[in-house]
Amino acid sequence: MEQLQEMTSSDTETVHSGPEEREPERAAPVSVKRPTVSRDKTIPARAEVDKVAVNNLNFYYKDYHALKDINLTLRDKRVTAFIGPSGCGKSTLLRVLNRIYGLYPGLKATGEVMVDGVNILDPKQDLNLLRSRIGMVFQKPTPFPMSIFDNVAFGIRLYEKLSHSELQDRVEQALRRAAIWDEAKDKLKQSGLSLSGGQQQRLCIARAVAVRPEIILLDEPTSALDPLSTQKVEELISELKSDYCIAIVTHNMQQAARSSDYTAFMYLGELVEFSETEALFTHPQKKQTEDYITGRFG
Amino acid sequence: MAISPLYAKRRVINVMVMGCSISATVIGITWLGLVLYALLLNGFSAISLDLFTQMTPPPGSKGGLLNPIFGSLVMTLVATLVGAPIGILAGTFLAEYSRGGRFAEVIRFINDILLSAPSIIVGLFVYELVVVRMGHFSAWAGATALAIIVIPVVVRTTEDMLNLVPNSLREAAAALGSPKWKVIVMVSYRAARQGMLTGIMLAVARIAGETAPLLFTALNNQFWSTNLNGPMANLPVVIFQFAMSPYADWQSLAWGGALLVTFAILVLNITARVLTSWNSFKK
Amino acid sequence: MQAAAARPGQARFQLILDLGFKYLTFFFAGVVLLVLCGVIFTLVHGAWPALKLFGLGFFINESWNPVTDNFGALAPIFGTIVTSLIAMLIGVPLSLGVAIFLTELCPGVLKRPLGVVIELLAGVPSIIYGIWGLFVLAPFLQEHVQPFLIDTLGQVPGIGKLFAGPPLGIGILTAGIILGLMVLPFISSIMRDVFETVPSVLRESAYGLGATTWEVIWSVVLPFTRVGVVGGIMLGLGRALGETMAVTFVIGNAHRVTGSILAPGTTISASLANEFTEAVGDVYMSSLIALGFILFIITFIVLAIAKTMLLRLQARAGN
Repeated sequence: MEQLQEMTSSDTETVHSGPEEREPERAAPVSVKRPTVSRDKTIPARAEVDKVAVNNLNFYYKDYHALKDINLTLRDKRVTAFIGPSGCGKSTLLRVLNRIYGLYPGLKATGEVMVDGVNILDPKQDLNLLRSRIGMVFQKPTPFPMSIFDNVAFGIRLYEKLSHSELQDRVEQALRRAAIWDEAKDKLKQSGLSLSGGQQQRLCIARAVAVRPEIILLDEPTSALDPLSTQKVEELISELKSDYCIAIVTHNMQQAARSSDYTAFMYLGELVEFSETEALFTHPQKKQTEDYITGRFG
Repeated sequence: MAISPLYAKRRVINVMVMGCSISATVIGITWLGLVLYALLLNGFSAISLDLFTQMTPPPGSKGGLLNPIFGSLVMTLVATLVGAPIGILAGTFLAEYSRGGRFAEVIRFINDILLSAPSIIVGLFVYELVVVRMGHFSAWAGATALAIIVIPVVVRTTEDMLNLVPNSLREAAAALGSPKWKVIVMVSYRAARQGMLTGIMLAVARIAGETAPLLFTALNNQFWSTNLNGPMANLPVVIFQFAMSPYADWQSLAWGGALLVTFAILVLNITARVLTSWNSFKK
Repeated sequence: MQAAAARPGQARFQLILDLGFKYLTFFFAGVVLLVLCGVIFTLVHGAWPALKLFGLGFFINESWNPVTDNFGALAPIFGTIVTSLIAMLIGVPLSLGVAIFLTELCPGVLKRPLGVVIELLAGVPSIIYGIWGLFVLAPFLQEHVQPFLIDTLGQVPGIGKLFAGPPLGIGILTAGIILGLMVLPFISSIMRDVFETVPSVLRESAYGLGATTWEVIWSVVLPFTRVGVVGGIMLGLGRALGETMAVTFVIGNAHRVTGSILAPGTTISASLANEFTEAVGDVYMSSLIALGFILFIITFIVLAIAKTMLLRLQARAGN
């Protein structure tokens, strides 16, 4: 853990929610509790950079209009969470950002998604290059059928020619960053499938950060994990925030409240509300948002 | 409580039908068992060191099956080396590039028909294509005919195995910026590699016993030959020729060869099964 | 991000490789189509002289005379169809029985091993059945079964003609029996697979209503899998029609059409196997290739129907 602290950039200090805030909320009979928000009061206010700007995005599964006129921005070195009931389009939106939907026929996106000022929806955009700058972690851990070392090195080898020792260093860095170095360092030659579920997910995170992306997309990364692994991964996300622009889709509102700086609430393909996490959870502007976060539906 | 006559009748019918089913199974298994028994009995007596070290003899003398064994091995090897890559790549196209396209549907349909098509027709085709062109029979022609039988089997198994690879794995590789061909070769193939290998083994088992395609392509050769450009001895055709003959020595060798071929095929099939169940056991 | 600078060049190279690989797989997929077209083309090309010479009469001409160059396909076509018919009459009921046993009656411990045994037997090459037929079945039939048939059924007016003639051991009946034995494991496996596509909830609800095993099969399993069962049978038929080595040993190679199934005859594949390498003369060769072409057409049609039916079952089971 200490090594992780050294490696994160030090102009911010992340404060983890104390244990008392992690206890399950006791349901009060009348007044409904809202998820508590971790207060990152120690982040000095500094100029926030827009990393990704989504303008008038519409998305279609064949004839089905899945995303309707989405407008939002993802800020660099911040975590933006996407919440909403099943089928609201949050995963779909995430998958537009690295155009992974392009693997399948019949899916179409219109509008603009500007990454560092360049519209990535442009047909001329090289998809492989784009995806090498954006990392993605999926709901179910997906280790490749190769050794742990090769898993992490896979992405690096795609675009960089490194000597063996350089490669080893990069793999170690990535595994440390993903808080799995200690558990993996003696098993680097073993198959990635020999790890437990939570470890596999951290391996996937290591794999994603190994290529030094600028943006990391997390699609419900802890929904298939046990609570202990979930906690570890959430801690990881807080650490990673200082270097990457992170977007996380989650159906767990407490997780969104704990881990993110900005939250977007989506419903039926529309972006209902988007603001700073604290604001959204304590003073939601739209009734739908309030209904969702107080558990009236979803 | 008395059993109603209707129910009694239903029970009787059921018992009768089930009895038929059991007898069918017993008959079937017994019959097939008789065949294997005869094979073992007659073939075993022909097994000796000579079988593997002597050439096929002229009628009425003792000998072995060395040249047909060699010829079969060579032609099977060539056929697999040619047919398997073609089958794998074609299967890859069906699974990775065109899951639902019209062209792929047509290819799949034709492939499955070729899978069960009469192998003697394949022999006829290769005769016209290769033997007539070359002007003589050859092991190359024989291997070509066998390769044409290998291809549909490998296409089918490759496609099935690649379809089992979860899409999430492909997405994870693509999300790292991997070009499609690397996703296929380094991730899909790796994930499906055991199944694909099994498919190739099954294809080899299939061609190991095929006689008809070799009848007018590789023909046969009494003598030892390493010349792939000429007729080459092979086990199935030798079995055919020797069994149909009136000579006891030849007939005995035919049984021996039949036992060898069956044994090899069973070993391949069993190994393929064991590999498959190991694989799923590991997961 | 120093690596990012090197990336665009690499990316373009990868794009070329990507395209190359895609076209490579596309090309080899096309090879399958090429083989089919090649087969059709060469067969037509080789058969054309004979077909042109004999015309439609080729199909009804019984004679097969290399000396006078008078060839007709009637005997081989007749033999092919009759032996396959006998094979189906024997093989299909037995296969259904085995499949029913495997799916409904078999004790759990035996299920997998027995299923595996059947599948392994399906892999035994046909030449084995052929030589078994020649050395074991034919003599047995000649000594024990055929005289009995001739003396009993052969005396019955009407169908007696089916069992006329001396007991030779070899002949159409023997070939049909061997063929039936050969397709038995094949069709059994397919039937077993087809029966297993029935969702267990369906079978369980029928059992739950108090139906006997047979009633479940008759009213639930068979209707559900009807298309697949027919498809499986046709697949077996396609195999039987094209089978060479199982029949060549015991069919007798006589280009004659007689009413008796105890008589020798010939099938298309047996004729090809026995005569092709000895054939001299263009007309002889071309007639043989014409036979091959006819066989190809027949099996292609049967297999296409079988495949279509099996596809429909799959689609249905998927729902």
